[in-house]
Amino acid sequence: MRLELDGEMIERARKLAKEVTDEVQKFIGLRSTDSVERTVARLFGIDGVNSEGAPLPNVVVDDVKAGGGLKRGISYWIANGCVAKNLDPQKLAEAVGRKEFSLVKLPPQNEDLVAEKMDELTAKAIEKIESVRDKRDKMLEELGDPKKPYIYVIVATGNIYEDVIQARAAVREGADIIAVIRSTAQSLLDFIPYGLTTEGYGGTYATQANFKIMREALDDIAPKVGRYVRLTNYASGLCMPEISAIAALEGLDMLLNDSMYGILFRNINMMRTFVDQYTSRLICAFSHITINTGEDNYIKTSDPIERAHTVTTSQLINEQFALKAGMDPKYMGIGHAFEIDPDVENGFLYEISHALLTRTLFPYATPKYMPPTRYMTGNIFKGYAQNTLYNLVSIMTDQSIHLLGMLTEAIHTPLVQDRYLAISNAKYVFNNAASLGSEIELKKDGFIQREAQKVLENAVSLLEHVKEVGLMTAIEEGTFADISRRMDEGKGADGVFIKSEDYSNPFIEEIERVLGVGR
Amino acid sequence: MIHNIDLEHLRPYGDQLNDGVIQLSFTLPVPQGAKAREAAKKLIESMGFSDVQIVHSEDIGEDFTFFVIYAKTTGYVNYKEIKTLEVEVPKMGMEEINEKVFKYLKRQIVVVGATIGSDAHTVGLDSILNMKGYHGDSGLERYKAFKVYNLGSQIPPVELVRKAREYKADVILVSQIVTQRDIHIKQLTELADILDAEKLRDKVLLIVGGPRITHELAVELGYDAGFGAGTMPSEVASYIVEKMVKIS
Repeated sequence: MRLELDGEMIERARKLAKEVTDEVQKFIGLRSTDSVERTVARLFGIDGVNSEGAPLPNVVVDDVKAGGGLKRGISYWIANGCVAKNLDPQKLAEAVGRKEFSLVKLPPQNEDLVAEKMDELTAKAIEKIESVRDKRDKMLEELGDPKKPYIYVIVATGNIYEDVIQARAAVREGADIIAVIRSTAQSLLDFIPYGLTTEGYGGTYATQANFKIMREALDDIAPKVGRYVRLTNYASGLCMPEISAIAALEGLDMLLNDSMYGILFRNINMMRTFVDQYTSRLICAFSHITINTGEDNYIKTSDPIERAHTVTTSQLINEQFALKAGMDPKYMGIGHAFEIDPDVENGFLYEISHALLTRTLFPYATPKYMPPTRYMTGNIFKGYAQNTLYNLVSIMTDQSIHLLGMLTEAIHTPLVQDRYLAISNAKYVFNNAASLGSEIELKKDGFIQREAQKVLENAVSLLEHVKEVGLMTAIEEGTFADISRRMDEGKGADGVFIKSEDYSNPFIEEIERVLGVGR
Repeated sequence: MIHNIDLEHLRPYGDQLNDGVIQLSFTLPVPQGAKAREAAKKLIESMGFSDVQIVHSEDIGEDFTFFVIYAKTTGYVNYKEIKTLEVEVPKMGMEEINEKVFKYLKRQIVVVGATIGSDAHTVGLDSILNMKGYHGDSGLERYKAFKVYNLGSQIPPVELVRKAREYKADVILVSQIVTQRDIHIKQLTELADILDAEKLRDKVLLIVGGPRITHELAVELGYDAGFGAGTMPSEVASYIVEKMVKIS
């Protein structure tokens, strides 16, 4: 099944998206954020909490910020402190946590020694991430990559041990990807909670300890089912780059990671999000973590047919931001969704058209397709039918990452049998219609072709407008999801700062160098 | 209603009157097999069912067994004695609502809406408040009669109350969609308590909506009204106007 799209128009769309993001990247280059600095602190080996329960990466960054030194970058202060006190970063942070001294009050050490220390800590951090990454890549090769679409399910009990039980059951039934939903509102916390957790609402806290527990559980079951099992979490809030760092350290395979989601849906400050997503994606690109973008969310609030082109526009923007972070397209899970009102005549044809458009525009990516949620009701039987059609579109249009719809969507977090029923539905449809897509030729100038071309044209017009006014103004205008956010508003704005002349961040510079991006 | 129903002994209708057939599905955390099936059957019988037919049982991994069962209930209810609390809504159209408000109140009604606490889902709130509404039924923003402040998701009850005061809200509308371990009850109670403590409770119409909300539950929690799944924006609008005009 092939769409005949206007090739020149596709090129034009990409070029516009590139120009739009080039402008934003200039702002990003000049700035850093508290969470970017905390990310570096974590990668330099700082973890744990002080006696008041505050995470040490926050403690050291806040200490330097209060002392007016953060514009220079946390790397310098940690390295200077390590040299001055002859301590490793963790011991240094613990001492700061006990309020023994402030990093900015320590006398400046010999510049060469400090630079050497920074290089040493950077090399260690990179080595750590590389070794985790290489282990994952090897395991993937040995166990074998499952067939696409990958079956993606969610666990969300609030208790990491309960999550493990449900995840293992789901893997036995056929799940290829397990996502541990975060406790609601974690995205608005300006720190990552510490340690394993057994209490959460609507999900389980994303912590490094929880990542480790689930990773071990999946690695234990993977050889038993004879296929690699991917682990997913969420990097969309105020701690976007930090979550990427702990995901890289614990060997996660995927992160929900969108360049604009936080701005639109969590009212996080625009500049904060743009700066954070860049560092976050550098880490993902370097660690071979697949990002999942969040365009599905737009059409949960705005009309999925009328506003289909906003999905396309955002996909192209997300792609360009990812390319700027040196990401190989095969790690781009470009998001979209099956959200059209089931009462719409030929709604199924619209869905095929839109899904195929995403597939066609991003041939080297791994599109992430999301199930119906908006028009799911308490009628679980109808919901099961809706999910069947969703599964059918996915296999016909060759999607890569397939998040399963739950028949109890909009009722409660999935019961163990809900997940089982969803997996058996997907397996049935994927097997039964395995070659359907390749058997079908679309009618020239038919409904599906025309709709896709129209969405693409509208996306190009919108991109022209966005280019004209700039992405930030376009967001203010409510271009995406019918939600308007102003440049100066939103959470976490006070955590953005302009880097000084002597700012240093050797870790980021090094991965930029390896990925061939940046200055 | 069909003929010959004994309303004092109302039972489910499956294939014929009074057969009492109910479909059930659930999971037991034990391995699939004869023992699991017997356990499921005994469990269902212990709930007052007879003629238990296990039509499907399946190993769904990690020693969980999923069942689909049909059984006949031996129970019944006296339909004649059932009393329920429902929101009495006189159906009004948009024009009628707008006219009524400007005729009797001579000003817009201020509505402040949010999902509170941990709930991130705004689908319900948006379908009632946003211009577009739900299934062709326009949302409150489209009515001239209402001034709507949609605060969005995950608003702490304290913050909602502060905003309600700031905007001089006539109506507070909260939505609770996805909940776990009944956290929605806790959050709704917290909101009502804060309004009481702030002496605002009597000054606002307090409404809650969501798939697990009933009017009865809402009243029990100290709310004026509760709306469940499938509620149209015009129903909520009609209710608000009816109440507001009555109060004035």
